[in-house]
Amino acid sequence: MKKKRFSARHALVLAKRNMTKMVRTPEQFLDVTLQPVIFLLLFTYIFGGALAGGSQHSYLEFLLPGMLGQTIAMSSVAIGQNMHTDIDKGIFDRFRSLPIARSVPLVGAVLADFSRYAIVCVVTIGFGYLLGFRIATDPLKLLAALALAVCFALSFAWISVFVGMTVRSAGAVQGVMILFVLPLSFGSNTFVKPSTMPGWLQAFVNVNPLSHLVSAVRALMLGGPVGSQVGWTLAWCAGLLVVFFPLALRAYVRRA
Amino acid sequence: MTDLAIEATGLTKSFGKTKALAGVDLAARTGTVLGVLGPNGAGKTTAVRILATLLRADSGAALVNGFDVRTQPDKVRQSIGLTGQFASVDEDLTGTQNLVMIGQLLDLPKKAARARAAELLEWFDLTDAANQPAKNYSGGMRRRLDLAASLVGRPSVVFLDEPTTGLDPAKREDMWGVVRSLVSDGSTVLLTTQYLEEADALADEITVIDHGAVIAHDTPYGLKRVVGGQRLTAHPLDPARYDDLVAVLSGIASADGRAPEADGRGSVTIQVDSDEVLPDVVARLRAAGIAVDELSLHLPSLDEVFFTLTGTRSGDSRAPEEVLS
Repeated sequence: MKKKRFSARHALVLAKRNMTKMVRTPEQFLDVTLQPVIFLLLFTYIFGGALAGGSQHSYLEFLLPGMLGQTIAMSSVAIGQNMHTDIDKGIFDRFRSLPIARSVPLVGAVLADFSRYAIVCVVTIGFGYLLGFRIATDPLKLLAALALAVCFALSFAWISVFVGMTVRSAGAVQGVMILFVLPLSFGSNTFVKPSTMPGWLQAFVNVNPLSHLVSAVRALMLGGPVGSQVGWTLAWCAGLLVVFFPLALRAYVRRA
Repeated sequence: MTDLAIEATGLTKSFGKTKALAGVDLAARTGTVLGVLGPNGAGKTTAVRILATLLRADSGAALVNGFDVRTQPDKVRQSIGLTGQFASVDEDLTGTQNLVMIGQLLDLPKKAARARAAELLEWFDLTDAANQPAKNYSGGMRRRLDLAASLVGRPSVVFLDEPTTGLDPAKREDMWGVVRSLVSDGSTVLLTTQYLEEADALADEITVIDHGAVIAHDTPYGLKRVVGGQRLTAHPLDPARYDDLVAVLSGIASADGRAPEADGRGSVTIQVDSDEVLPDVVARLRAAGIAVDELSLHLPSLDEVFFTLTGTRSGDSRAPEEVLS
C-alpha cells in the first residue's frame, strides 16, 4: 500500500489547532502552572526542614531540578486524555478521511504540548527564584537543562498518547497514567537521595529514566559532572520514542 | 471504464462475534444519489466507514471513484467528503478555523483555504457565526458546519451518514436542498437514512439493508410499489364514530393491501393505491356524516417497509432464520 508521506506542514496545522484549543480552555494549563507552584511549596516547607536537616533553602536547591521532572511526568497525562476525547467526538475520524499521513494528528498534538512544557520550565524556575533558588552554573547550562527536560517531556508524552489510544475512556487514561507516573516520580532521586533506600529500590531508582533526567538537570543547574547523565537521558528519550511512537500509531490506526 | 462512482461487492465485517456486514453490495452511478435505508444497527455506518477508508472490510472489495479502498486509500481520501454521526467538527474552534484547518490539511495555500472557508460559510448561512466557537452553535448549525467541512476539497463523492437525524422538518428540507445542489454540481452522494420519505425525496436508487445484508435494491418508485403505495391515516372527531370510519375507509383501501390498522390513539391507517383516492375519501366521509380532525397521506414508515420485505419488524432483534422456523 502506498503511504502518504509525512508532511511537517500538516503537523504544524494540527499543532496550531491543539494550541488554539488549549488557549480556549485555560483550565487545561492548571497542571503546568499551579501544580509546580503547589508542589514546590508543599515539599519545600512541609518536608524540606525535616529532610535537609533544618535548611529549607538547601532542600529547595535539591528539590527544584527534580520538581521539573516530576511535573513533566504528571502533566503528560493531559495529552492522552485529550486525544481520547478527540476520538470519542469523531474529530479523528474526520482526520482519517483526509489524505494526510496517519501519524500527523498524533505528531501535531505532541508538538502543541511543547508549549505546556515550556510553561512548566518558566513557572518552576520563576517561582523557585522567588523562593530563593539560584542556579550555580551559567545561563547556557540552564538553557541546556531546560532543553533536555522538554526533550524528555516530548518523548515521555508518547506513553500517554499510546494509553489514550488504548483505554476505553478518557477518565481511564488518568487512572492508568497515574499508576505509572507515581512510582516513577517517587521511586527516583527527585525528593530524597536514594542512599537511605533499600537495595532493590536503589536498583530501580538507578535505572529510572526520571532519575537520569533529574541528575542531569541538577548537574546542569547546580554544577558537577554532567556527561553520562545527559547521555543516559537522551538514550531514554530515544528509547521511549522508538517504542511508544510506533505503538501509539498502531493503536490509532487500528482503533475503529 | 465504468460509470460507477461507488462500487462495493461482498463486503463483510465482524466486530468480535457480532457480524456487522454479511456480504453487502452497493453501487452508485456517477452524479446520482444512492440511498441506503435501514434501521439502527443494520450496518449502514459500518458500510460507510469501509467506503471512506476508516475501516477495513474483512472481505469483499470496494472501489470509490475507481480507486480501491484497500490498496489506494489516499487516492480515495482525495476524492471523498464525509459527514455523519461520527465525522465531526472541533467544538473549540470557530467555524472559520475548522474549515481553514481542513483546507490546509488538503494542501490549499492559506489564502485559498480562507477563501474556500468563507465561501462555504456563506453557502451554509453561517457567515454571522463564522468567528464563534462551534460549541455555541445550535444542532442544525453544527450539522451544516459538519457538512461544509466535508466539502472543503470539492469532493466528487460525498458520504452523508444520517445527515438529518434529529433535525426539525424545516432544517431537514434545507439539508435536502444542499444534497440536491451537490448532485446538480456533478457530485455523487451516498446517503444513509432511517426514513423512506428522505430516501424517496433524494435518492435515484435505494438499497435497503438489515442485519448486515441487502434485502432490496430498487428505484424509489419500484420500492414503493413493492411496499404497497401510500398510507392514509384518519382520526374521527367523535371517537364513537371510529367503527363507521373504518367501514368507510375499508371500501377505499387497496384490494391486495393490509387490513386497516389501529394505532391505539383512535386513528386508523389504510393502504391506498395512490393519492388520487383523496377526493373520494373526503366525499364518502361527508356523505356518511363523519367529521375527522386528522386526515393524512404518507409513505410507509421504515417499520412497514421492513414488515413487507422481511415479514419482521425492523426493531426485531431475532435472526431471520428464527423467525422463519
